[in-house]
Amino acid sequence: MEMKYNWDWSVLLCRLPEDDPTGTSETTFGGTTATAGGAAQTFDTGADCAQPYLDWIVSGLGWTVVVACCAWVITISLGSVIGVSRTVNQPMVRAIATTYVEIFRNIPLLVQMFIWFFVVPELLPEDAGRWVKRELPLPEYWTAIVCLGMYHASRTAEQVRAGIESIPLGQTHAGLATGLTRVQVYRYILLPVSYRIIIPPLTSDFMGIFKNSSVALTIGVMELTAQSRQIAEYTFNIFEAFTVATVLYMMVTLIVVTVMRVVEAKVRIPGTIAMGGG
Amino acid sequence: MRRSFAATEGTAAELYGTLKKIKDNGQIVMGHRENSVPFAYMQSDGKPIGYTVDLCNKIIDRIKKTLNMPNLKVKLVPVTSQTRIPLLANGTIDIECGSTTNNLTRSKQISYLHVTFITGTKLAVRKGSGIKEIEDLNGKAIGLSLGTTNEKAVKRIAKQKGLKIKYHMVKDHPQGWLALETDRVDAYATDHSLLYGLISKSKDKSKWEVVGRFLSYDPYGIMVRRDDSAMQLLGNTVLSDLMRSGEMQQIYDKWFDPGPTNINMPISSNLKVAFEVQALPY
Repeated sequence: MEMKYNWDWSVLLCRLPEDDPTGTSETTFGGTTATAGGAAQTFDTGADCAQPYLDWIVSGLGWTVVVACCAWVITISLGSVIGVSRTVNQPMVRAIATTYVEIFRNIPLLVQMFIWFFVVPELLPEDAGRWVKRELPLPEYWTAIVCLGMYHASRTAEQVRAGIESIPLGQTHAGLATGLTRVQVYRYILLPVSYRIIIPPLTSDFMGIFKNSSVALTIGVMELTAQSRQIAEYTFNIFEAFTVATVLYMMVTLIVVTVMRVVEAKVRIPGTIAMGGG
Repeated sequence: MRRSFAATEGTAAELYGTLKKIKDNGQIVMGHRENSVPFAYMQSDGKPIGYTVDLCNKIIDRIKKTLNMPNLKVKLVPVTSQTRIPLLANGTIDIECGSTTNNLTRSKQISYLHVTFITGTKLAVRKGSGIKEIEDLNGKAIGLSLGTTNEKAVKRIAKQKGLKIKYHMVKDHPQGWLALETDRVDAYATDHSLLYGLISKSKDKSKWEVVGRFLSYDPYGIMVRRDDSAMQLLGNTVLSDLMRSGEMQQIYDKWFDPGPTNINMPISSNLKVAFEVQALPY
């Protein structure tokens, strides 16, 4: 049957009035309370601008980028350490790294988010737990960054390991034969080559962090999906709110792809398999 | 006007909108919430029950009679606060039975039947916390469910009064309750009827209390598709009949006083008046 829906894209353009940067003016619904500032009807978008929905989207996009980028720093550093640890000679180190990968890779992200947010503070000593829950500014944002970073580190670790293992063993032997230490072999031979090889999967994973950051809304992070949901609930213009979120996610991931392509092209070594890709 | 009259009187020739869809498909699709106690929630056999579900069933009975389809199939589709509007707008469900606040912004997308319940925002706090009103939350933390009318109300009042309250946004009521129980927040704000429901299902009921004045006015309504006056008239006729005959109060008592979950909320004077006012004559 025909869809009964009132399209209204203009709600997405709602901003706070210029002369009221503090945002004290606000109309009310429900009719029990008088308006605070009374200036909210100065919008010229024609929409029912009860709230600055455009500002919400911008803020949501900002948090998505901040959370994803901070998480990526954890991912790339921790993932490298774990990935390298999986290729070293010491069985103990390898076992620890493998355990890490299996735990963080096999538990759904949503569950990990809940555990970090609701369970971990309860396991800490009482004072520390209370500090995490109450004193720490923006606890949900820190939790989301740590959780996302550690989850994706398990995947990056596997890529780093695969990159290192794809390099013929002869190169390690040659390095050692020329008098390099094991550390130097990693530093000068294995890592520089393997990082270049794994740029394509790293790109997918970096995009994945942006998309997975939306899971953080379940612990109260007001990122892009959460803000869209908020706008949808406030205005009931659900299709518009989620369309704009979709477009913004695609733009962000397209930027990531483009940047990584450039990086890939700049660092490629002639004659390696990274040369073959486009 | 003639069209809607015809529809309620059972002349199938001029059916349109939802009633026509029901007649053509041989089924009506009821969208229901799954954990709005005691409005619409799942019982152990997987069927939705509750106050609003009872009212919807009365409306469906009338539709069967009007369309002369005693064997009309009723399909049940669970909805959430995120899916209820799109599913109603695109024709997946024909009627939404839950705990949806009737407000003017939302009425741009859907139509509401008569007001069936009146509630408002209050605070649930730990007993002995010393919090009696929203003003006592200055410098403290509160849990709010994302996108609810309660969130709007609390933020508006806090801004007006210059209160410095830390907001913790949660996805749903169980998570808001968890935040309160694990001491992440000092109060959780939502419709007072839902707070009583949450307390009635908590581990230690004696630890919690509902405090403060009403911070918002939230009248609930059953939702139907917009621009469909025949369906709206049929639904409202059923509700007015129930209110006029006093059966509405009986259904209310069945679910709230004390109700199967022991929610113990005798009918408020407001709601009683609302029933009287909406008991429109023929």
